[in-house]
Amino acid sequence: MSDNFVIAVASGKGGTGKTTVATNLACIASASGRKVQYLDCDVEEPNGHIFLKPQVTVSQEVAVDVPQVDPEKCTGCGKCGEICQYNAILCIKENVLTFEQLCHSCGGCIRICPTSAIKVKSLKIGDIEFGKANQIDFVGGKLQIGHVRTPTLIKEVKKHIKQDCLTIIDVPPGTSCPVVAAVKDTDFVLLVTEPTPFGLNDLKLAVELIRELNLPFVVVINRHGIGNEEIKKYCETENIDVIMKLPDDRRIAEAYSSGKMIVDVLQEYIEHFSKLCDYLEGVKEKLNEKRRLRIRRKNIP
Amino acid sequence: MKITITSIGKTLDSEVDQRFGRAAYFIIVDSETLDFSVLENESAAAAGGAGVSAAKAVIDAGAEAVLTGNCGPNAQRTLSAAAVKLHTGVSGTVIEAIDLFKNGGLTEAAGPNVQAHFGIDK
Repeated sequence: MSDNFVIAVASGKGGTGKTTVATNLACIASASGRKVQYLDCDVEEPNGHIFLKPQVTVSQEVAVDVPQVDPEKCTGCGKCGEICQYNAILCIKENVLTFEQLCHSCGGCIRICPTSAIKVKSLKIGDIEFGKANQIDFVGGKLQIGHVRTPTLIKEVKKHIKQDCLTIIDVPPGTSCPVVAAVKDTDFVLLVTEPTPFGLNDLKLAVELIRELNLPFVVVINRHGIGNEEIKKYCETENIDVIMKLPDDRRIAEAYSSGKMIVDVLQEYIEHFSKLCDYLEGVKEKLNEKRRLRIRRKNIP
Repeated sequence: MKITITSIGKTLDSEVDQRFGRAAYFIIVDSETLDFSVLENESAAAAGGAGVSAAKAVIDAGAEAVLTGNCGPNAQRTLSAAAVKLHTGVSGTVIEAIDLFKNGGLTEAAGPNVQAHFGIDK
């Protein structure tokens, strides 16, 4: 896995073990000599750094453009409010109100204003931290508290995907816009779930989403041994591969709650992640083969 | 005086809708004659900014006061820009709310009483 391959570690349900899988996989892949990059795209509640403990060397602010109205120039015509699809700016009795948190930075209000009364104001929405966790390149997004531009920040984090390595993306939970932003344009998705009714319900939603995005994916079952067999049955019926089962082991929970990596303290699990690594290597080869074929077909006159 | 009450139904006997931005209907009533009209809230299912657009609709309908259960910061700011008086914490039926308002039983809200997104999925 020396060249470009981007894996998204996602789940429908929160707390199923995305970060556990993403960080341990990153560690084992790196230990086996692969060039690895870890991207924390769970920017509302980033926690990959707790386990990878990167040395952060650079931090970069991410800001967006929001409108600022000059009341001297504003004639109260209301055109800005008419064009805004998000109610982020509107004119009430000739007074223009702005709601920065609703703005999507399209710039429509600025362009349509006949008196150029609206200027661009920079609004900080979060930070991106860069560092090294041993040999792993760490990139972590952190949304500013009280801000809601999650997909925008995730897209900024993903601009730092390197072209020459295995990139592991820690995706936010759920199936909403931030998840789409994080998963989009990746090569492969690992859906982490747990064998509980909640796990199954949210896995189904996640599968629907990933299929809509037309991305190849497999399932990882965490806390295997609890709950019931419904996940297994569902995956069989839907023809979905279950590629790893992490058992329900109290020692894993203990390691997690003290910020330790499973592969550091419970060596019997190294094999689980090594196998996952090898599996992904195979997936990558297959995908590359498909790409090559596609290119060849394109070149046939 | 023209007042607006958030309502789950289209009559004066309907319950007050506890949400402002995502209320089902706005009942716009003349507090003296009790003549009223029903405005369907087009923002009820909006993806975002429901409070602001609902407030705009109520302002455009000419309301001078709003009676509702809960109102968030964006809607409150919009209503206040048009000097619409806001009364939160109102429950019961629409007609009961009107009576309470006329008898001076409601005090004006000093600000929003819930955070943004409070009324989603309620």
